[in-house]
Amino acid sequence: MLEKTASFTAAQSLSTQRRLAAGLTAALLGTFMLLGVGFAHSDILHNAAHDTRHAFTFPCH
Amino acid sequence: MIARILFAAILAGFAAGVFVTGVQTYKVIPLILEAETYEGQPAAGHEHGRASTPEQEAVADDGHSHGAGVWAPQDGMERLFFTLMANIVTGVAFGFLLTAAVVLSGRKISLGQGVLWGVGGFLAFSLAPSLGLPPELPGMPAGDLGARQMWWWSTVVLTAGGLALLALPRNFAFKALGVALIVVPHVVGAPAPESHATAVPAGLAAEFASATLAMSALFWIVLGAVAGWFLARADQHAEA
Repeated sequence: MLEKTASFTAAQSLSTQRRLAAGLTAALLGTFMLLGVGFAHSDILHNAAHDTRHAFTFPCH
Repeated sequence: MIARILFAAILAGFAAGVFVTGVQTYKVIPLILEAETYEGQPAAGHEHGRASTPEQEAVADDGHSHGAGVWAPQDGMERLFFTLMANIVTGVAFGFLLTAAVVLSGRKISLGQGVLWGVGGFLAFSLAPSLGLPPELPGMPAGDLGARQMWWWSTVVLTAGGLALLALPRNFAFKALGVALIVVPHVVGAPAPESHATAVPAGLAAEFASATLAMSALFWIVLGAVAGWFLARADQHAEA
């Protein structure tokens, strides 16, 4: 019984750690990509993504 | 497991990005192209003087870009291709952010739950910012770009945080704080343009506002549904 509880907790904290790693990685990747496509002040990026920026109503111009 | 989760986000973003390009071609891009024909023209109404900013004049020079001489895709297929690419990148970016929220919450996920997460994404990333910064056509006046971008991000983060607090079960204090976070950016107010005078017809702007909101809602529902379905499969795999 005790053994079972201990192994359950270990498995759970391992999966919590993995979940944190996956969630934070996804959050960073998403933020970085969104800044590039929707918010970078570079003229070339702006022109390439122009219609997308207006359609998703990111502040543009 | 991490690779499966990230892969689910990418697939959902790709699907939603392709889907939303179809919606835009039908309902949104024609309005942008029409608005561009008014860009750089003096505002309608009583302002007969200099109504366009130097930036608007630069925009008028070469269709739809900032400074003259900078590369921009040719109108037609090339422009649509870059819009498709940008939509896919945007889709994957939102896919990552939605997935991050789902995974960090630790909640069970399914296609149906994914749609609810998508609605949350729509509220935080589309509806709340639109309340302060109305969907903007080319040639429409707006406040300082940096200030608007800062307000947009603040509103998104506060609304998302507020929704997260509201979703916590049975804790009145957290729920009240959640409502407060959602309301704060609208009490502070978004940066406004000095004048609303523009050559873009009001009817066109109204059509654009409803079209972009409907488009965003559809985008987030598809993104949430597809991400939910793939994430549920990743969960099953992890449990097996």
